[in-house]
Amino acid sequence: MASLDDLKKRITSVKSTQKITKAMKMVAAAKLRKAQESAEKGRPYSDKMHNIILNLSKNINDKENAPKLLAGSGKDNVHLCVVMTSDRGLCGGFNSNITKKAKSYFKKILDSGKELKIVTVGSKGFDQLKRAYKEHIIENISFKESKNVNYFDADKVGKMIIEKFEKGEFDVCTIFFNKFKNVITQIPQEQQIIPLKSEKSDDKNDVMNYEFEPEEDEILNNLLPKNISTQIFKAMLENSASEQGSRMSAMDNATRNAGEMVEKLTIEYNRSRQAAITKELIEIISGAESL
Amino acid sequence: MSDSFNLEIVNPEKLFLSLDNVSEVVVPAFEGDMGILKDHISIISFLKPGIVKVFTGNEVKELYVEDGIIEFSENSLSILTSRIIDIKEIKKDDLSSMINEANEALKDENLDDQKRFLANQKIDVLNRLN
Repeated sequence: MASLDDLKKRITSVKSTQKITKAMKMVAAAKLRKAQESAEKGRPYSDKMHNIILNLSKNINDKENAPKLLAGSGKDNVHLCVVMTSDRGLCGGFNSNITKKAKSYFKKILDSGKELKIVTVGSKGFDQLKRAYKEHIIENISFKESKNVNYFDADKVGKMIIEKFEKGEFDVCTIFFNKFKNVITQIPQEQQIIPLKSEKSDDKNDVMNYEFEPEEDEILNNLLPKNISTQIFKAMLENSASEQGSRMSAMDNATRNAGEMVEKLTIEYNRSRQAAITKELIEIISGAESL
Repeated sequence: MSDSFNLEIVNPEKLFLSLDNVSEVVVPAFEGDMGILKDHISIISFLKPGIVKVFTGNEVKELYVEDGIIEFSENSLSILTSRIIDIKEIKKDDLSSMINEANEALKDENLDDQKRFLANQKIDVLNRLN
């Protein structure tokens, strides 16, 4: 059995850990509110963008000559996966949930004999993937320096992806990120951004007759690259809200666990102290009796 | 106000401006400035760097946009842009750094004609503001 001193030391150490996790929880809660706000504010832009593109693509009759970003390169050989994670740890299952989702997708691709290329955004994802998929990772981007998620960072990633696409380095691009549902639930998502998946294309959403200036395809050529950046930006916003939410609940759990541990240790400490006292008493009494 | 329509300006970070009593908007469309009044035909177009003028009653608001896409349908106009600044709030330092940025971009020799044109346009507009 541990000595009284050892127990005392353990109790203080657990208590100080508890203080740290409590502080981290508070910080995460404050950051979460901000992140959630900006995620909500960012939604109108991506929604509008999506609507316009939907309208445009409905108006394009000549599907064969549609821009490549919309229609794809016609092949399905090389897949690019953009795995978006955080730069910091201690946020529960946040990063491993994304990588788990990504890994199962990677497996599917590799099993079907296609080529896989990976871009990681955020250093934690890189750390988790580099062991198993080192030879597939072509780029690792991290925005440790920028405090808040901003559009220009997203634009950088978007431009890089488009450049690679134009060079013909891949045919299909999918991004992985966590969608923020609420503080406790974040859902890992995969979203194909190149070629653009036209969802529910046959729903009878009455097609608006728009005038286009300049021509449809020229607008699309201008708009599609922006859409990629927008999608990535949206993913980054969702991700940062999810990260803070996940960290908050993880730290909440840690604080609670530490509390339980302190309780358990205190009982053990009191018990062994009592045992020591009793032992001493017995010694004194039996000493007195033998006289 | 029967001659007014809705205007929404959105940038990636937030809803920048939302008005429901706009009488006219002049936007720097790619093929030339375009004035939009109520009951304009539905149109989609994109912007070059320039000044968006928003007329509400007797007031005129001028905003600098760097790029963007506009959509007008059923008397509501949406402008999506990645960078938009109210001219009154624009600072001299920002202006010169933006001009430098554009000049830097022009140095790239692989620039296609359209991008070159847009960058030149941007410098033009910024210099006029300066």
